[in-house]
Amino acid sequence: MTTTAPTLVKKRTPGQVIFKLVAYTLCIILAVLSIFPFVIMLVNATRTTHQIQQHAVSLIPGTALLNNYKILTSKDMFNPWLGLLNSAIISTFSTVCTIYFSTLTAFALVAYDWRLRRPFFTFILAVMMIPAQITAIGFYQFMYKIGMTNNFLSLILPAIAAPATVFFMRQYMVPSLPMELLQSARVDGSGEFRTFNQIVIPLMKPAMATQAIFSFVSSWNNLFVPSILLTNKSKYTMPIMVSLLNGDIYKVEYGAVYLGLVLTVLPLFIIYFALSKYIIAGVALGGVKG
Amino acid sequence: MKKKSSFSYAKYGYLFSIPFVVVYLIFSLYPIINTAILSFTDAKGLGNMTWHFLEGDIFKNYRTILGNATFRTSLKNTVFIWIINFIPQLSLALLLTAWFTSKRNELRGKGFFKVVFYMPNIITAASIAVLYKALFAYPVGPINDLLQSLGLIKEAFYFSNKALPSQLIIAFIQFWMWYGYTMIILTSAVLGISPELFEAAELDGASGTQIFFKITLPNIKTILLYTVITSMIGGLNMYDIPKLYNNGLPNNATLTTSVFIQNQAFQGSYLWARASAASMIMFVLIAICSLGVFAIFRDKDEAAAAKAKRRLKKAQKEAS
Repeated sequence: MTTTAPTLVKKRTPGQVIFKLVAYTLCIILAVLSIFPFVIMLVNATRTTHQIQQHAVSLIPGTALLNNYKILTSKDMFNPWLGLLNSAIISTFSTVCTIYFSTLTAFALVAYDWRLRRPFFTFILAVMMIPAQITAIGFYQFMYKIGMTNNFLSLILPAIAAPATVFFMRQYMVPSLPMELLQSARVDGSGEFRTFNQIVIPLMKPAMATQAIFSFVSSWNNLFVPSILLTNKSKYTMPIMVSLLNGDIYKVEYGAVYLGLVLTVLPLFIIYFALSKYIIAGVALGGVKG
Repeated sequence: MKKKSSFSYAKYGYLFSIPFVVVYLIFSLYPIINTAILSFTDAKGLGNMTWHFLEGDIFKNYRTILGNATFRTSLKNTVFIWIINFIPQLSLALLLTAWFTSKRNELRGKGFFKVVFYMPNIITAASIAVLYKALFAYPVGPINDLLQSLGLIKEAFYFSNKALPSQLIIAFIQFWMWYGYTMIILTSAVLGISPELFEAAELDGASGTQIFFKITLPNIKTILLYTVITSMIGGLNMYDIPKLYNNGLPNNATLTTSVFIQNQAFQGSYLWARASAASMIMFVLIAICSLGVFAIFRDKDEAAAAKAKRRLKKAQKEAS
């Protein structure tokens, strides 16, 4: 230790000092860039439209929060609490479906030796990246035909088949599920399905938690498919509510628009800052689809 | 004994795959086929369920879409916006990756920076688009206010009324939302490279730049491929931000193919058939582009391997 310390100090060349200066400057600029729009949003949500027209950038909060809320909700269209409830229902149930059934499918791929196992896995890899937008018209027509537009089930049930999540779960399960465990469960007389629920699921909890966060957030943020399926005002999700803020009725109500935005992103901020450590680690695992 | 047990349990593999397979067939595969079928019909109109296959020219919808100036504009916009977002996005992500994984120049606060850089990615894209619309508002908006206060411009600039600025802002939003994600993925790939490789290179006296281009980059090729393909697919389907930032305005400059398809199918005269044809064109295009990127990466790989082999042979010859 004592012998290496002096050499480390010696190594601090002018080049390294310049490097650190440049690196920290850029990182701080980028950090400000990430935060700045949200700070403006938060501050302006508390200011009157008149104040915003005088100076749109300010770091001093105003006192118009309640008034902005009254303007925002007086238009009879934008209902943040309804959007929150609808989004929460859809996101929660589709997350549960995605996580449980993806783990089950991954279990089928990992634990059993069946003839179609490889072709099935190849198929999952091939369709993993097909975006929902491409098939939206066929999907909408089909849902319309069977009377499932304006029905949350049309958004929740498809979540059972999430190829990307199955892929991730399989990758996680291969090294972490000892086959001896399954064998000993069999010796103890446990049925395969019971083994899955009582032994495999607890083992998979870390991976399930990570995937649950991403599945929840991507369901919550989804705009395209919900906006074509849910045309009934009482079914609007949060992102559809956001698109209402774009309408002419809020054209001059700057404060109210900012407040509406705050209400739509607040749940995500809370999730993010409570779980950021796990989220970053989850992204780093690389199995996440944007 | 072992064979027998695996045979008897095989049925559970099928059994546990049933929910996935059934739901996939109904809610994903059938809609794909349905979209493909509709693209060869005259389907149109809200709630209208009767349609007929086109007679005579079965590819009429495809011809109409490919000849449609608005569709071609939207395709050009989509590709343009994706490229001018992706090149800086990947460059910045690579630069930050190099910095954040450098052992020689340990930076502090990496965890904090990662959390902050990734943050925009998790926020609803729809909200981000409306927020940026408010930020770039005219005649009074935060950006105009800021630029005027700094004395950079005298009069308020009408950002959303001009084609190129609108496209650049959308590209910037994409860049801003995704560089953190790309950086975290690349960083974790770099951290997965065997440290011995870096140590050996340092012992040989390689510079930081040399190490980055000769060791880091070749070793994260798979992740780079993954990043390029996922970003490209996302970019070719860009919808939320262009739709809510400027909805195609001004003069179709921010019209992307997804917005075009949505407008065709769910507005005006509800041209289901044409929108389906446009969807299928995008589907094929995405498949071709993905395979293309895949081929480029693999070819380079094989070319490099061949080159190394040749060099080895040459060296052996010279040695003998």
